[in-house]
Amino acid sequence: MGKNEMKVIFGSCSENESFARMVISAFVSRLDPTLEELADIKTAVSEAVTNSIIHGYGGGPGEIEMRGQINEREVSVEIVDFGVGIENIEKAMEPMFTSRPDIDRSGMGFAFMEAFMDDLEVESEPGKGTRIIMKKRLGVV
Amino acid sequence: MEMEYQMKGPYLIIRVGRELDHHQAEYIRQMMEKIGRERDIRNIIFDFSKTTFMDSSGVGMLISRYRDLSMSGGTVCAAGVCPAVEKLFYVSGLHKIIRVYSEVEDVFNGQK
Repeated sequence: MGKNEMKVIFGSCSENESFARMVISAFVSRLDPTLEELADIKTAVSEAVTNSIIHGYGGGPGEIEMRGQINEREVSVEIVDFGVGIENIEKAMEPMFTSRPDIDRSGMGFAFMEAFMDDLEVESEPGKGTRIIMKKRLGVV
Repeated sequence: MEMEYQMKGPYLIIRVGRELDHHQAEYIRQMMEKIGRERDIRNIIFDFSKTTFMDSSGVGMLISRYRDLSMSGGTVCAAGVCPAVEKLFYVSGLHKIIRVYSEVEDVFNGQK
């Protein structure tokens, strides 16, 4: 199947959560993923993009970058924002931890990304932004 | 918008849209706030029969509604959940606090 890559930049608004999911679905479709693999990737992307919108940009304007890479049957997705960043990544990744319980956040975003993808890396610098790198190896067709 | 609601006896039935993400969860939250100002909500059935996707924003919204209602003796349940959404119910532990029925009618028949 070889290699492929893509990059899209979109605005930080909640309508673009479904847009990001559609883009990643279209990008990985040539690998013929199972319904479950596709749902896992869509959920993980949705979590990362939602985090950028709610926490990175605090509901305000901003740009979110999504990069996708395919290497044989490995899918790699990067979600980057240039928002407030995360002070304490370890704390933010604790299951059920949320900085915004006031707006119904479950605190399960990172736990879902970890559960549904094979690798998860989080890089962040307060005041500069956050980069999430996720990988998933699809089963052989 | 692809969502509506209906009162049936002591139940408020919410028809969840195709994808329950942060965008849709926020919409449901605001709608329920509005309904809550006009009438007393005691029990909610979330009808997922049209829903093919949910993420942690949906989970957060459901947990909050459960918290609000269980304090006043009410209930929250879900119906018509597809396998993709069901997986989220299990991974999050939601299935332990929100009972899942095959379809909305089963809530009234008392079947699982």
